[in-house]
Amino acid sequence: MPNLASTANRDNDFVVKFANVNGTGSASANSLIMKAIFRMGVPVTGKNYFPSNIQGLPTWYEIRVTREAYAARAGRVDIMVAMNAETYQRDVREVSSGGFLIYDSTWPRSTLLQRGDITVIGVPLAQLVNESFDGARNRILLKNIAYAGAVAALIDVDVEIVNDLLRESYGKKPKLLDSNSKALHLGYDYAKKQFGCPLPLRVRHMDKTRGHIVIDGNTAAGLGCVYAGATVGAWYPITPSTSLMDAFKGFCERYRIDPVSGERNFAVIQAEDELAAIGIVLGASWNGARAFTPTSGPGVSLMNEFVGLAYYAEVPCVIFDVQRVGPSTGMPTRTQQSDIMLCAYASHGDTRHVLLFPANPEECFYMAAQAFDLAERLQTPVFVMSDLDIGMNDWMCRDLKWDDAYRPDRGKMLSAEELAGLDKFYRYVDRDDDAITYRTLPGVNPKGAYFTRGSGHNQFGAYTEDSAEYQAVLDRLKRKFSTAAKYVPKPEVIGNGNNEIGIVSIGSCDGAVREAMDVLARHAIYVDYMRLKAFPFGTEVTSFLSSHPTIFVIEQNRDAQLRSLLILETPVAKFKLHSILSYNGLPMCCDPIVDGIRAVLDDAPRLSAVKS
Amino acid sequence: MSFINKPKVAHPSLPTNALGMTRRQYEGVMSTLCAGCGHDSITAAIVEACWGLAMRPEQLVKLSGIGCSSKTTAYFVSGAHGFNSVHGRMPSIASGANAANRDLTYIGISGDGDSLSIGFGQLAHAIRRNVNMLYLIENNGVYGLTKGQFSASADIGTKAKRGDVNKTPPIDPVLLALSLGATFVARGFSGDKAQLVPLIQAGMRHTGFALIDVLSPCVTFNDHEGSTKSYTFTREHYHPAMEADFVAPAQEIAVDYPSGEAMSVELHDGSRVMLRKLGSSYDPTDASAAYRFIESKLKLNEYVTGLVHIDETGSTEFHTLNKTSAVPLNRIPYEKLSPGSGALDKLLERYR
Repeated sequence: MPNLASTANRDNDFVVKFANVNGTGSASANSLIMKAIFRMGVPVTGKNYFPSNIQGLPTWYEIRVTREAYAARAGRVDIMVAMNAETYQRDVREVSSGGFLIYDSTWPRSTLLQRGDITVIGVPLAQLVNESFDGARNRILLKNIAYAGAVAALIDVDVEIVNDLLRESYGKKPKLLDSNSKALHLGYDYAKKQFGCPLPLRVRHMDKTRGHIVIDGNTAAGLGCVYAGATVGAWYPITPSTSLMDAFKGFCERYRIDPVSGERNFAVIQAEDELAAIGIVLGASWNGARAFTPTSGPGVSLMNEFVGLAYYAEVPCVIFDVQRVGPSTGMPTRTQQSDIMLCAYASHGDTRHVLLFPANPEECFYMAAQAFDLAERLQTPVFVMSDLDIGMNDWMCRDLKWDDAYRPDRGKMLSAEELAGLDKFYRYVDRDDDAITYRTLPGVNPKGAYFTRGSGHNQFGAYTEDSAEYQAVLDRLKRKFSTAAKYVPKPEVIGNGNNEIGIVSIGSCDGAVREAMDVLARHAIYVDYMRLKAFPFGTEVTSFLSSHPTIFVIEQNRDAQLRSLLILETPVAKFKLHSILSYNGLPMCCDPIVDGIRAVLDDAPRLSAVKS
Repeated sequence: MSFINKPKVAHPSLPTNALGMTRRQYEGVMSTLCAGCGHDSITAAIVEACWGLAMRPEQLVKLSGIGCSSKTTAYFVSGAHGFNSVHGRMPSIASGANAANRDLTYIGISGDGDSLSIGFGQLAHAIRRNVNMLYLIENNGVYGLTKGQFSASADIGTKAKRGDVNKTPPIDPVLLALSLGATFVARGFSGDKAQLVPLIQAGMRHTGFALIDVLSPCVTFNDHEGSTKSYTFTREHYHPAMEADFVAPAQEIAVDYPSGEAMSVELHDGSRVMLRKLGSSYDPTDASAAYRFIESKLKLNEYVTGLVHIDETGSTEFHTLNKTSAVPLNRIPYEKLSPGSGALDKLLERYR
């Protein structure tokens, strides 16, 4: 009988990590536990660490039970559910001191255990399952449910909620429901009987998940595209963006097929490569449909040429870059924010692009719609800079809301009537003095016809090799980018604004930064935090930078790309910006931020924040 | 190129079509290609074809990549939107434009470099996707704008202006299109406008991807002795095998075809293509037979011209397979596209 009282009581504040073999159906067992905790009113986050592989390689799923509703990876493991013999040794090593390890004791592993500071709990899962079920595949699948049952007992998850979830999943398949329920109780009852359940790491009912959902960013972004009125999606499959298009297609099949005629109000085109995917998006967008492509870094690399055309010929388009680890193929199933410079200046020649930085699935939903509005308002490509952590992991976020009064901002698009009233239409004449010109769609009115080209053109849309004419258009594009700064979402600033230390960060760093701020406050270090939501940077960004003498720029890449962008695009003094970088492929966690800031402050005792 | 401007007014006695428009109104800006370029003859054939079809200019969309051929979209139907995209990527632009609005007529102009080298993949996949468009390759076997390198359609043994002899085998766009299942495949010659105009008209009215490979000599870099894409060589070796007449909807068939020698194929909009077999007995609806025939003639250095293959069922056309709404996607009102807040509230239950 293991000693179960070896750690301090940490209700609703611990991490369970499941070590599995990919392709064995463990994902459903893991999400069963996560959802049950969520339904108990306790905030959770789920992080999936999976290989670029179909079947047989190690995969991990990490559930953070977090009463403070921290969104970041915890950076520790309190309970390891070690179901993969191949990774067993490293899984044992990863458990935090005082933590627990649950393993399948059908095959005892006493000789491999080298740690006295953790508690090992053996559950003979294979034996229990093999005694009750037939069929190799069936046994593998049900063993997952059995360990879910044991974990539920050990951390005190409400088993009735787990049963409800099983009923929701298998309600229409009584045989499956029966076997899953039986497997759940095999593990649950065994643990209840053999151990003094629950562990000191336990889940207790709270009321902090009401009005929230658990969703991944790709699903939310795909849904956002549906609500934005996007009708054409083109893509080439690439991890980790694939599920975005899957979601869009799934929602369209649900909401966009005429029940009577069977006609579809959408087209999803799987292109032959990313070059074609972005070409299809440009063609559709140029022709008046809202069109988008989801991709990742390698895809953006291929799309560069067309992005330059879209910038220069002023064709709206929306690109979701669900960033993964680079360079080259890199680690396709790990996360990073390493495409910032690639996207900000994509393509040859002088180009600059609008970037949006969602921090979580909720923002993926809203920013998807916003991206289309901006792309059409500004007639230019807009990148939504998501990442694998946001896109593919399960995040708890506030309920998504939609305002039925929303209507797409199509920007300056001339109607047939407006064209009829015009003497002559010129595509690139700046009539309103805001650097945004009027566009027309094919098929509307012959007066609107113009020739779209990536070659040198003057403000009338005609081919030119005349220096002044070429430069006039290029200068207007520069002014247009300044205009863009007024349209893009403003940064979010947390803190009273008077602290000497500022943090600047983006996207999926947000959870870790907020958590770090709480930790720093406990050390009497107070900071102001500006989360950038977009590029180009507006006046709010420059004033935050100028009003804080010491600034930490926190991002997930090696080369401090966000910091570089701030230096290039704002008047900020380079020496003020300290980098805190995480680029190991794992979602950001709070510890390196706290450590990084304290290290600099310890070297700089003059800072008043330290004194206080 | 020419340095004179086109006259701004048209002579009042110029013939008009059903829309009351003259041929002049289907022209574009002045060509900047070399005097005598085959491409300009093709442009003239397109103008004639559009005028003859009484196309509303705004119903036409002109697309191209990069190269001499791709410039020509500016030289016809100035009342139509044009999109001169990037090298070899016009098929994807066309696919997207067509996805957004299925009601317009799409005509893509490409060249042998644009289609058979840098854009080979995009061409193949546009055919496979069966995008409803006319795709015209102005094929001269040579890169003009970069001064005379061989293209992928250059024949073995053909001689460059500077004397190099090509040793690598050519890619034939007609055989390529047939092997990929294109539903309309034709070959023409820029010097035979009478043959080309009805091919263009039929290609524009065909439901699905229509490819016309037009042999179009480059007078500057590939019109010398020893070239197999010169005017002289092409005139000697092109072989009209399957002439097509285009008959608009509700128009009487004016020609008296001898029985057994003409075949009528009805197009989606009610127009017809009357195929006149010249000396051959193959069935143009049979793609495999067409492939064998063209291939055997190519081995003899003969370019078979005419409508080589047609399949008018439209069953694999992109929108047919996609079951796209009859109302073009770019015209569906937002109210029909948004599921609304009520549906969202209901959907969220899935994520709790």
